[in-house]
Amino acid sequence: MSFLSEAFWVLLLGSLLGLELIGKVPPTLHTPLMSGANAISGITMLAALTLIIKAGTNLPLLVLGAVSLGFALFNVVGGFLVTDRMLAMFSRKSSRK
Amino acid sequence: MTFSEILKFSIDLLAVFLLALGIKGLSKVRSARDANRLAAIAMSLAVVGVLLDSLGSSGISFNAWIWIIAGSLVGTLLGAVVARRVAMTAMPETVALFNGCGGMSSLLVALAVAIFPLSNSNGELSSVLVERISIVISVFVGSITFTGSMVAMAKLQGWLPTPAWMQSKVRHFINIALGVVSLISISSLVSGDERGLLLLIVGSALLGIGVTLPIGGADMPVVISLLNSYSGVAAAAAGFVVGSQLLIVAGAMVGAAGLILTQVMCNGMNRSLISVLFGGALGSITAEGLSGSAEYINITSCSVEECALTLEAAERVVIVPGYGLAVAQAQHTLREVTRALEANGVEVSYAIHPVAGRMPGHMNVLLAEADVPYDQLKEMDIVNPEFPATDVVLVLGANDVVNPQAKNDPSSPLYGMPVLDVQEARTVFVVKRGMSAGYSGIKNDLFDLANTSMVFGDAKKVLGDLLVELKELGISGKN
Repeated sequence: MSFLSEAFWVLLLGSLLGLELIGKVPPTLHTPLMSGANAISGITMLAALTLIIKAGTNLPLLVLGAVSLGFALFNVVGGFLVTDRMLAMFSRKSSRK
Repeated sequence: MTFSEILKFSIDLLAVFLLALGIKGLSKVRSARDANRLAAIAMSLAVVGVLLDSLGSSGISFNAWIWIIAGSLVGTLLGAVVARRVAMTAMPETVALFNGCGGMSSLLVALAVAIFPLSNSNGELSSVLVERISIVISVFVGSITFTGSMVAMAKLQGWLPTPAWMQSKVRHFINIALGVVSLISISSLVSGDERGLLLLIVGSALLGIGVTLPIGGADMPVVISLLNSYSGVAAAAAGFVVGSQLLIVAGAMVGAAGLILTQVMCNGMNRSLISVLFGGALGSITAEGLSGSAEYINITSCSVEECALTLEAAERVVIVPGYGLAVAQAQHTLREVTRALEANGVEVSYAIHPVAGRMPGHMNVLLAEADVPYDQLKEMDIVNPEFPATDVVLVLGANDVVNPQAKNDPSSPLYGMPVLDVQEARTVFVVKRGMSAGYSGIKNDLFDLANTSMVFGDAKKVLGDLLVELKELGISGKN
């Protein structure tokens, strides 16, 4: 029961943190913020990783885990790179000023 | 606690801390880019944490490494290629695509655990129940996120029109039926009957399609943001499934932050989330209800030359960019035109409607790409009082966000949406490909006004012609 009760506290506090983190966002940053948060939601790659490691010799599980890992990393890598591309445009401007 | 457990614990804590800082920093222009990198570092740390922990406890077999490397390589390469190649104008679709894949990942993890249970539950009824419930949530939310995001992407790309029956009331019954099917399979799964799994996947996948398909384009960003929030929820549920607190925190943070962002976007369009989700496409309502007033009676069309002459004589020009500009990839040509005008002493600024384009901030990103100075971009509240003192407004591929109906006509579906008061300016030029309605499918009263002239054509072509005309008038940006 200890993991569970901890997990629910973690869930609660994490949600509250998420609600508080974004207060006033300038419209300029809506798309990058969405895309950045989206990259973070690819954190399921950790679950996929755990799955593969625990799979042992279970081939279907290994395949499922690897495919899942691929999807998640597509999300994470693509998400961060795209966000960076968008944000690079803004920072280039400010450095020139 | 062994050393590797302590190490894993500290890495996890650090990763969560950095992730929170990352999300926080992403909401400020100055810190956004560093914050994004910080979040990326946090994610890498989290991966290192998992690997170290496994190496320290049971080790990672050679076989597992192969699968890990194979999966990561494919995902990373594809992600990097897509992120580099995709055009800035296609950002909303890209975010939807990535998001859908995140949802798919959670779905697959839950599915794998459902088929091959991990042996980490201690057999207590409560923990078995929680595991089942979290698997079910992960599958349900994961597949809705996946299909919903794919439909959103296809619709934004223009690959997928909305079928007519989807705009009728029938869809509510279909979606409710799908919801009921999902609920039944959920309850059977929770009570331990695994036959419901396939039914749940199919039911929730179809539900994702059924809910997203009827949603009109202007509302699409809200839906993507909401789906983004869902994928956070799916990740948190996957965290319960595999027993990872890091996953739960990160998923919960993204879920909650996504919800706030969705709310912010809804406020920008003066729409409630409920009406976005269940109201369906605005166009269908007007097509039936307001067909009588959908005729234009007083359209003035003018040539590019005329437009150039007026622009040359102006002192203050406000550009209103919209999706048409993005589609035509005309931002660079636009920048050349405004450079030419500025060289001629014209004061140019850009009026950015919060939902211009297909996603909030879409226009800012696009104009930034074309080197438009940051301080020339003006938000709606700031620019609206300035329109009466403006000589020329150039509307480029924007439609609904400049529709005066939203202020004047209480019967209009747009009524109440904040709009740019461009009609207050002396002259308004609307560059548009044709007389077709905007994304909402509603007639734009602006086009009928006496001070509005239409310049028909693709935004890029018109701006290119405009540049030529301006050069002939002796104005060019080169000096």
